[in-house]
Amino acid sequence: MSLVNLIITLALLIAAAYFWAHSRSLALAKPLGGIRHLHSLPLYYGLRGAIWCGLPALVVLCLWLMFDDPVVQSLVLAGLPADAVPAGPAERSLFLSTVVNVASGALPAADQPAAVVAAAERYNALRGTGQLLVAVITLGVAISGLLWGVRRMSPQLRARQEVERVFRWALLACASIAIFATLGIVVSVLFESLRFFEAVPLTDFLFGLEWSPQTAIRADQVGSSGAFGAVPLFMGTLLISAIALLVAVPVGLMSAIYLGEYAGSRLRNIAKPALEILAGVPTVVYGFFAALSVAPFIRDLGASLGLSVSSESALAAGLVMGVMIIPFVSSLADDVITAVPRSLRDGSLALGATRSETVKKVIIPAALPGIVGGVLLAASRAIGETMIVVMAAGMAAKLTLNPLEAVTTVTVQIVTLLVGDQEFDSPKTLAAFALGLMLFLITLLLNVIALYIVKKYRELYD
Amino acid sequence: MTERKASTAEIIRASLKRRYRAERRFRLYGIAAVSFGLLAVLLLLTDIIGKGHGAFRQTYVQLRVHYDPDVLGIASATDPAALALGDYEAVVRQALHQRFGAPVERAERRELSALISNAAGYELQDRLRANPALLGASETLWLLADDDIDAWFKSRGGGAEFTSRMSERKLAWVDSLLEKGEIALRFNLDFFTRGDSREPEQAGIGGAVKGSLLTLAITLLLSFPIGVAAAIYLEEFAPQNRWTDFIEVNINNLAAVPSVIFGLLGLAVFINFFHMPRSAPVLGGVVLALVTLPTVIISSRAAIKSVPPSIREAALGVGASRMQVVLGHVLPLAMPGMLTGAILGMARALGETAPLLMIGMVAFIVDIPHGFTDPATVLPVQIFLWADSPERAFVEKTSGAIMVLLAFLTLMNALAVVLRKRLERRW
Repeated sequence: MSLVNLIITLALLIAAAYFWAHSRSLALAKPLGGIRHLHSLPLYYGLRGAIWCGLPALVVLCLWLMFDDPVVQSLVLAGLPADAVPAGPAERSLFLSTVVNVASGALPAADQPAAVVAAAERYNALRGTGQLLVAVITLGVAISGLLWGVRRMSPQLRARQEVERVFRWALLACASIAIFATLGIVVSVLFESLRFFEAVPLTDFLFGLEWSPQTAIRADQVGSSGAFGAVPLFMGTLLISAIALLVAVPVGLMSAIYLGEYAGSRLRNIAKPALEILAGVPTVVYGFFAALSVAPFIRDLGASLGLSVSSESALAAGLVMGVMIIPFVSSLADDVITAVPRSLRDGSLALGATRSETVKKVIIPAALPGIVGGVLLAASRAIGETMIVVMAAGMAAKLTLNPLEAVTTVTVQIVTLLVGDQEFDSPKTLAAFALGLMLFLITLLLNVIALYIVKKYRELYD
Repeated sequence: MTERKASTAEIIRASLKRRYRAERRFRLYGIAAVSFGLLAVLLLLTDIIGKGHGAFRQTYVQLRVHYDPDVLGIASATDPAALALGDYEAVVRQALHQRFGAPVERAERRELSALISNAAGYELQDRLRANPALLGASETLWLLADDDIDAWFKSRGGGAEFTSRMSERKLAWVDSLLEKGEIALRFNLDFFTRGDSREPEQAGIGGAVKGSLLTLAITLLLSFPIGVAAAIYLEEFAPQNRWTDFIEVNINNLAAVPSVIFGLLGLAVFINFFHMPRSAPVLGGVVLALVTLPTVIISSRAAIKSVPPSIREAALGVGASRMQVVLGHVLPLAMPGMLTGAILGMARALGETAPLLMIGMVAFIVDIPHGFTDPATVLPVQIFLWADSPERAFVEKTSGAIMVLLAFLTLMNALAVVLRKRLERRW
């Protein structure tokens, strides 16, 4: 029985369980004189029946789906004569994947050695048996669960409580997925990074000044020494992010102040949503804009001024990234500025201060922690931004602070190292995970600091 | 003489001019900032539209085609195997020779056949398959022109005519077509239905749009129910304990993790550990569901919070259980807000590129995906791929694809706004 059929059968069985338990509860209630003599509504008896039928069966099915492949494969290997199975783990997995491909018909069996063909046949046979077995077990568990659940039914049974408890656990499980996602990120990135740091010492990675991740295939190859010093990447990231913040913070802050304190409602109603458009544009569009319009423009402008500007200059990427985070800064600034109590503003104006003096001497100092928090959040976003720099910044790592030259960033390198074919044991691939770990830690740190500052500020006026 | 101390009023009066200047200056900074932002919006949109509007029309050339059985090498038009093997390119070549005179030199011959895209052969095959009676007959057809001709034809009359890939001969041929009105721009339906191609004139976003839809379906299916359930738990049931705090911290943290990290997660966990199919919408959907989950949870919580406590108290007062209150009253009342949040989350997922690059959705895929496990690409990744292509015609295609993407996003955002306006209830 194929998996799809099994799931359909199970779904039908669960539906049948609901109706059966539902009608059983009505039958129980009838001699007593109506459903008001039941503890719960018939609906809950029905749901309880469905849960008893479906939940254990689904657990069994999930366990099977997680473990069937390794079990079947080890059975196949165990069933072969010892000399037919290659020794090394890498060769063994290659052998296994050949077997699986022959078994599924993706590879023609005719060209393969007899051992592979035999293993493939055995693999298919085992899979067939396995599928039959899981179907029998799952449906058996479903039916026995249902029978047991229905047998325990009585007018006093607290069906609603049972159902609600299951629902509540399901809700908790959904809420906990956020934890598992974070855990998954940390574990996967950390695990691969540790393997990387086995090959490349941590100090070389953190303090090395040269980045050229191409490792040599032959020992005598030129220019492929495989240096993994991440300092040029961090510098490049900082340079581009700094340019972005230099654009976004003044513009975002000033437009929030202008729209909040000066502009009439007509202008505000037009300008605010118009600026929000910038937040909704996908980053790949910004990347295209930066690479094809802004970068050539800056290069030509530089050339006409007699400067040599790289066509992948940090300036172009940073400028466009700055434009991207303007609405982010301005909406955060808007939030904290409107949170400043009216009384402070009125007090300052009543003393004769002009509006700009009120903003500069009263509102901004009062909102400063919030603004700083917002800037830190913007910085973390700029550091983690990927598509703009992948498309508009350079690939070669260069240790420079000149915004007219091409630099590369952490995210660019992660993408470059991982796009395309990879082997999973070369430092080149693992380096991407080490960079990912650094990126994760830096953005996490920035966010924690930002939230701390913002929280501290909130306590002031609440 | 005693020096009279200036009164406060005088000091203020003396400084007023300077202060008003500062005020005006500050105001000007504000206007400059807002104008800079608006200018950026305007530049971005005009740049994209200016480059991309041409992608929706493509150059076609009118030719009289003779389905010569000898040239095609097909004896009977009812035999599918023979139809598939026919030499349709030769028919197109023959039609070109007929129109422009048979060329003598080899280079000239090559240039002449380069007028028409090699997609024309497939179109002839399709026509012949649909109507076998055409074998041996002739018909006049509009055939897809090559991308160089297309680029030249579209840039014609403008300031910078694109002639770098046009030879004298080609220009002469095209001029003669132009005189007779046998070359024209026609609506490019193929752009919306075809998959990717190395030939710009044949490349379309059909495959990418389908891939995006499949991916978004998985994302919605996962992140909406899970996000809503998590929000319900945290708002209505969660006890004040460490685990709850931990969940909250993790959700806030996930919302701030750069999306490229989710790609690393997808690669290390879903591909290498769970052996999910690479490049497939199901994998992309799972990864994007994790990316959008915090957004959905946060907006759903806001929607639940906005349901007034009186509703809950009234339901509890007539004897409903906590779960009945939530499922029967709070959830339906919060649903519009949750849906709005879900649509905005999907809009974000639709524009997301970086994590999908890691999990192999950047492959060059010509076929249009039909299922959740077929190799596919999505619209933003298609844009990324085309933006990297050297052919000039791809700039136009890229901008056109961006316009379609922005149209989808606008539509989703407008839907969210309308939904909020129509269904929002003020308490």
